[in-house]
Amino acid sequence: MLDRRTTQAVVFSSFLLCVALVVAILFFVLFDIISKGIAMVSWEFLTQPPRNNMREGGILTPMVGTILLSIGAMIAALPVGVLTAIYLSEYAREGRALSLVNSAISNLAGLPSIVFGLFGLAVFVNLFGFGPSLLAGSLTLGLMSLPVIIKTSQEAFASIPFSFREASLALGATKWQTIRHHLLPYAMPGILTGLILGVSRAAGETAPILFTVAAYFLATMPSSVFDQSMALPYHLYILSTQSFNLRATQNVQYGTALVLLSVVLALNSAAIIIRAYFRRKYRW
Amino acid sequence: MKIGKDPDGLAELLVKISAYSMILVVFFIFFFLFFEGIKIFNFESVQHFFLGQSWQPTSSNPRFEIASIIIGSLFVTAGALLLSVPVALGCAIYLSEVAPPSLSELLKPVIEILAGIPSVVIGFFGLTVVVPAVASIFGIPSGLTLLSGILVLAIMVLPTIETISEDALRSVPRSYREASAALGATDWETIHKVVLPAAMPGITVAILLGFGRAIGETMVVLMVTGNAAIIPTSVFDPIRTMTATIAAEMGEAPFGSPHYFALFMIAATLFVISFMVNSAANLLIKRGSRYA
Repeated sequence: MLDRRTTQAVVFSSFLLCVALVVAILFFVLFDIISKGIAMVSWEFLTQPPRNNMREGGILTPMVGTILLSIGAMIAALPVGVLTAIYLSEYAREGRALSLVNSAISNLAGLPSIVFGLFGLAVFVNLFGFGPSLLAGSLTLGLMSLPVIIKTSQEAFASIPFSFREASLALGATKWQTIRHHLLPYAMPGILTGLILGVSRAAGETAPILFTVAAYFLATMPSSVFDQSMALPYHLYILSTQSFNLRATQNVQYGTALVLLSVVLALNSAAIIIRAYFRRKYRW
Repeated sequence: MKIGKDPDGLAELLVKISAYSMILVVFFIFFFLFFEGIKIFNFESVQHFFLGQSWQPTSSNPRFEIASIIIGSLFVTAGALLLSVPVALGCAIYLSEVAPPSLSELLKPVIEILAGIPSVVIGFFGLTVVVPAVASIFGIPSGLTLLSGILVLAIMVLPTIETISEDALRSVPRSYREASAALGATDWETIHKVVLPAAMPGITVAILLGFGRAIGETMVVLMVTGNAAIIPTSVFDPIRTMTATIAAEMGEAPFGSPHYFALFMIAATLFVISFMVNSAANLLIKRGSRYA
């Protein structure tokens, strides 16, 4: 029988080991992709379209596709997301309607991304007749990013002290004037954080775009919202699993992985920094 | 109501429409998946579809039976949770109960960064590092196996489980710990006998949502598990999951074919699983929020 102190020391060390394991895994993943991808990433890689069966050239076309898809997804999701957040924080009262809306949002957040992809295929591509296109892909990604936008924006509104609302209402402002002029400005950083997290989610996902927009290879940029497009995550998936000669594209694969990883992590870091900055600035 | 002259009324209407449309969206997603999927039962009986093991969608005498695919999903999910839950809990307890606050703050981004890595990048790492490693360590011809799927998926779900468990532990009131310490318990005795039981509902939610995340994950399993629709007899067999089946085959399934309908039925099944997991989690959150 171990004594109590020794037991505690053993148990705590094993917990520390868990933490060390996770840190090690993260650094291993980052190191592997950065060290093998860094040689590939050059100005040319970022500004040239793929050439020669995607063995050479760069990743301009998929990168532009991913940027367009992210913008499209946010145009689709941001207004509805922010309005829903305003409802949840300012208008909703306890009751059946609120709990239904809340459980709908949490279910949406938990749905597998491939399920969004199939929904997009059934509704946007086939039923609405958009075909595989930037429009269908953006709407699908937008739907998928809604929960994170709603949650972040809602927290932003909810963190504004109640006295702000009371002061504005006491001066005779209507509820909407109060929200528009005295809450929205202070919620902006939170909404921006949600927007960035939504973009990062939309930019990094593969499964929802498989059948709604992504193209294996396109020689030109999409010229309308009804065109198909390449996209970074799909490009990486295709190159690493289905190209004719996996060895020949290996450098491009690592380069693509590194660019995708950097974009998504940079967006996430920006969100964290903005949140931390404004949390310190607005301390009520 | 004259909406043009009543911005307040218009605003209230708009936010309500937005919010209620969330309910509609979830309903529509289920409706469309199910509406397309149900047509498979014109070609395959319900019993065969869910309980049969022969998935041959493109043969001349096609069979649409998904039991081996469901089992593939369950095995890789169970394996990933088995590895991930203890490590995630260890991290959560260490960061919330043991580590000094400055160390916790320092380590917090580690979990956030891990959570932020796109699944296709983790899948790519699995394919180029984990799969060859599994093949050479165990001396098998191909590393595209259930084991590789479990290992890589475990990395994928760890942040989910860690974050929610850590929140649950941190929300246990300080007075509980102080009361236990005052009775002469060591820190570990306090954690083990007081904090963990109090945080149990939240930890259960963490594991449930981790399960939902794991069974719904697509790219990672698609890239590293070999995608053979067989019931595995060991961790060195390839498997195929529900998500990977949809991702791999929908591109080739002609619109309106039995194959197309079968894949939608798989997606509807995934929807139902994810819905049940989330509802269970919500129920637990409601019941567990007694400190609020």
